[in-house]
Amino acid sequence: MAKHTLSVLVENRSGVLSRVAGLFSRRGFNIDSLAVGVTENPEVSRMTIVVDGDEYTVEQVNKQLNKLIDVIKIRALESSDSVSRELALIKVNATTATRSEIIQVVEIFRAKIVDVSKNTLTVEISGGSDKVAALEDMLKQFGIKEIVRTGTIAIERGNKYIKAGNNEE
Amino acid sequence: MKLTGAQVLVKALELEGIGTIFGYPGAAICPFYDALLDSTITHILTRNEQGAAHAASGYSRVTGKTGVCVATSGPGATNLITGIATAYSDSIPMVAITGQVSLDLIGRDVFQEADITGATAPFCKHNYLVKDIKELPRIIKEAFHIAATGRPGPVLIDVPIDIQTQSIDFIYPETVDIRGYKPNYKGHPQQIKRIAEAISKAKSPIICAGGGVISAKASEIMIKLVEKCGIPVVTTLMGIGSIPTDHPLNLGMLGSHGVYAANYAVNRTDLLILIGARVGDRALGTAEKIAEKAKIIHIDIDPAEIGKNVSTTIPVVGDAKLILEDLYEVIQLGDTAGWVNTVRDLKDKKVKTNNSKTDDSKTDSSTTDSSRTDSKESDTVNPRLLISMLSKRLNEAAIMATEVGQNQIWAANNFIVRKPGAFITSGGLGTMGYGLPAAIGAKLGKPESTVVVVGGDGSFQMSMPELGTIKQTGIGVKIIIFNNSRLGMVRELQKNKHNGRYSQVFLDYNPDFVKLAEAYGFNSEKIINNTQIEAALDRFLADDKTYVLECVVDPEEPTI
Repeated sequence: MAKHTLSVLVENRSGVLSRVAGLFSRRGFNIDSLAVGVTENPEVSRMTIVVDGDEYTVEQVNKQLNKLIDVIKIRALESSDSVSRELALIKVNATTATRSEIIQVVEIFRAKIVDVSKNTLTVEISGGSDKVAALEDMLKQFGIKEIVRTGTIAIERGNKYIKAGNNEE
Repeated sequence: MKLTGAQVLVKALELEGIGTIFGYPGAAICPFYDALLDSTITHILTRNEQGAAHAASGYSRVTGKTGVCVATSGPGATNLITGIATAYSDSIPMVAITGQVSLDLIGRDVFQEADITGATAPFCKHNYLVKDIKELPRIIKEAFHIAATGRPGPVLIDVPIDIQTQSIDFIYPETVDIRGYKPNYKGHPQQIKRIAEAISKAKSPIICAGGGVISAKASEIMIKLVEKCGIPVVTTLMGIGSIPTDHPLNLGMLGSHGVYAANYAVNRTDLLILIGARVGDRALGTAEKIAEKAKIIHIDIDPAEIGKNVSTTIPVVGDAKLILEDLYEVIQLGDTAGWVNTVRDLKDKKVKTNNSKTDDSKTDSSTTDSSRTDSKESDTVNPRLLISMLSKRLNEAAIMATEVGQNQIWAANNFIVRKPGAFITSGGLGTMGYGLPAAIGAKLGKPESTVVVVGGDGSFQMSMPELGTIKQTGIGVKIIIFNNSRLGMVRELQKNKHNGRYSQVFLDYNPDFVKLAEAYGFNSEKIINNTQIEAALDRFLADDKTYVLECVVDPEEPTI
């Protein structure tokens, strides 16, 4: 099933996340990831939701979300027309023997090492989800202890922007 | 002026034009009930909070105003949930006000604390937990706005007790501006033109009128339109009353428990025009099949409904009344005379065979059992016959409320409904126990109308404590109990789908309903066969006092 990225502007109030999550659960929509943070306007938060589903599902997700009073605006982001990023922290097993190889892999991916201990290295990587997945794949052979991910966030390319007010390009 | 939160609530209700509210007090809502004593608002004390919610719903359905119900925190609020969910499913405008424990105690599991805003989120258009008394006037204004506009529905306001006792300078906002809520009322002119074209080309068009036609007050314009163009109409359960039952173009209710003529027409149409209907599975379970042969036009105020259950050829989002008015201006007549005659004949044929067994309606619960109660010498009462006979004696202002189950379908298919709002039922959620309290709300909303509630012995027992509410208010509600000592529709389901393995559908230990009615001081009687109907109805309708008419019905009596 295809993945669709939705950018949703919502009122920055308590309970909104719960309402959105509740909507998805009771309508049976599959959320791949959900990331939310406040925007340049402190009264408005932006949720980036990656939905797993066909065209009918995405249309219903869009329409049902719009019914929520706290949802201000929704925009579907096309992968060709937007930049999307996800951040991951990966704690990988690292012995004296394997450490330099891991560091090489990390350099190739232009990721960063943010923690080191006798037996582990913690890698920070941000990028498109395929890049993150590729690094994870490369590190698997060393033994991944733990991965923590944010959801995907995305922004449209070019001049366009999404704002709560009525003007937008 | 400086008012407490409780007084703000009361004053705001008055400013919203609310004359009657339904509720049940408790600790957390006491300040509100105290403030109520100084108000002109009439409060009806029900016997269960669920009854208060259903009564508010019935009141709303007949008056077109927003119904209001009030309960305390904890169990009071949770008892409202079924009533709120019922209103949500049928898009009834309602505001529910619940008390809540003090703000500083929320989350500590104190006495009668319940997360009602979390619990009702799936069943409300929106809900509010008031955390700052300065927000209260705006919240109430918004709540009423949201409940009654767009696709109507319930809104809940949860007011902590400390907010009710704090004070503010009360100013009620004049306007609302909710940036996340801007319903669209005007239909797109291009789409409306497309509809007009489609109608002019159609050979066998059908309009399916849902509850939305009644909500939008679009009944009159719809009737004008179908008379001008000669388009037959079928209604969903919630759409009953949008066009008079005996109107020549009204084929009746469609669906799994509908009538033959309606289903025949819908299965053969080449253009199905849905107005204010959400394509529920009972009405349009075969929608996808219909869509294969026919063009589908869907007119609805809720864009989420369009395309949800059936693929649409021409969608139009907007208010049904405004759209039909625009459509009326551009409509071109088609050539449908032959089609209209065909389906009208079917309707007449059905009417003639009304009281005999040949209801060859298409249904998934097809029972071709002979209705043994057809003949006048039957030993039980034929519910369809009784409802028909009752219909003939009631005037245009009469209102019928139903419970849920076989009684609901007998009423839907046999009662002559002459006006929108004259038939109130729980269509979407199918809540047993809805009818009696809804009838109470209806009678209080339209005191000059005769209000009859029809129910089975199962449904009646779900809300029979509300007889106390009737006694307390002194209103006259006409109550018919079809007593077959069974959970009728479930029994029928088990007969048809579970090989007659009956599980928990026997209600053989019912109380003596006549004695029960007498215990409340109501007139009542019990009839056991068709010959007694005539005289019983005389007594039933003799005055405006409450009357309980128990009718013994055969457990094998089929739904259709």
